[in-house]
Amino acid sequence: MGSDNTIITNNIRKLRFFADEMTQQELADKTGVTRQTIMAIENGKYFPSLELAFRIANIFKVALSEVFSYNADNDPVLKKINQTKTSAK
Amino acid sequence: MGHQEKQSIVSIIGSVLIIGFYTLYVYKNHVAGDPEILNDFRFWGKSFLWLIPIGIVVQIVILILFAIGNTIVTQEKMPDITDERDKLIELKSIRISHWIFVVGFMLSMGSLAFGMKPSVMFITLLSSGFIASLASEVAKIIYYRKGV
Repeated sequence: MGSDNTIITNNIRKLRFFADEMTQQELADKTGVTRQTIMAIENGKYFPSLELAFRIANIFKVALSEVFSYNADNDPVLKKINQTKTSAK
Repeated sequence: MGHQEKQSIVSIIGSVLIIGFYTLYVYKNHVAGDPEILNDFRFWGKSFLWLIPIGIVVQIVILILFAIGNTIVTQEKMPDITDERDKLIELKSIRISHWIFVVGFMLSMGSLAFGMKPSVMFITLLSSGFIASLASEVAKIIYYRKGV
C-alpha cells in the first residue's frame, strides 16, 4: 500500500483478497509483468505506467480510481509550485 | 532477495573474475617479460579486442550456470519476461554507468594532455569501463531494493 506520505497509494492487496485471494503471481501473469513488479507496486516502491495501471484495473473489473488514489498533499511538485506562488505574492 | 538482485550480484562477481583473470593472464604472458610493451598501441588494441568477446561469452556462461543452479536450489521458475520496471531500472543504471565512463574517458584524455604515458590512458580507460559496469549492477540492486 505504501506509507502515509506516498503520493500514489493503491488497493491492490485488498482487491486481490476480494478476487478469491488472487496471488501476486496470478495477477502478474494476467498483466504481463513479473511477481516482483506487482510486489513493488503493492509496497509503493514502483508506480506503474498508465497502461499497466489500466490493465490491473481491468483485471479486477473496477475503475482506475478504485485501484489507485492520488494524494495531492504529499506531492512535492505541487508543494514547490504553491511555495513559489506564495513567495511571488 | 529477488531474482534480478541475485543476477546482478552474480554479474558483479563475474565481471571481477573476468577482469582479474584476464589482467593476470595478460600480465604473466606479455607484460612480465617485456614491460615496455605497455607503451605499444598494438598490444593495447589486441588486449581490448580480446577482452570484449571473452568477457561477453564468459558472462553469458556464468549467467546460464547461475540460472540453472538457482532453479535447482530454489525450485523457483525464472521470470522469462522483462517488464516495464526492469526496463526502467536498466535505463537508469545504464545512465549512471554512462556518466562514470564519461568521467573516466575525460580522465584518460586528461592523462594524455598532461603528458603521461599512453599506458596510463589505456589503464584509466579500462578501469573506468570496469567501474562503470560494476556501478551499473550496484545501481540495479539499489533500484530493485529501494524502488524507482
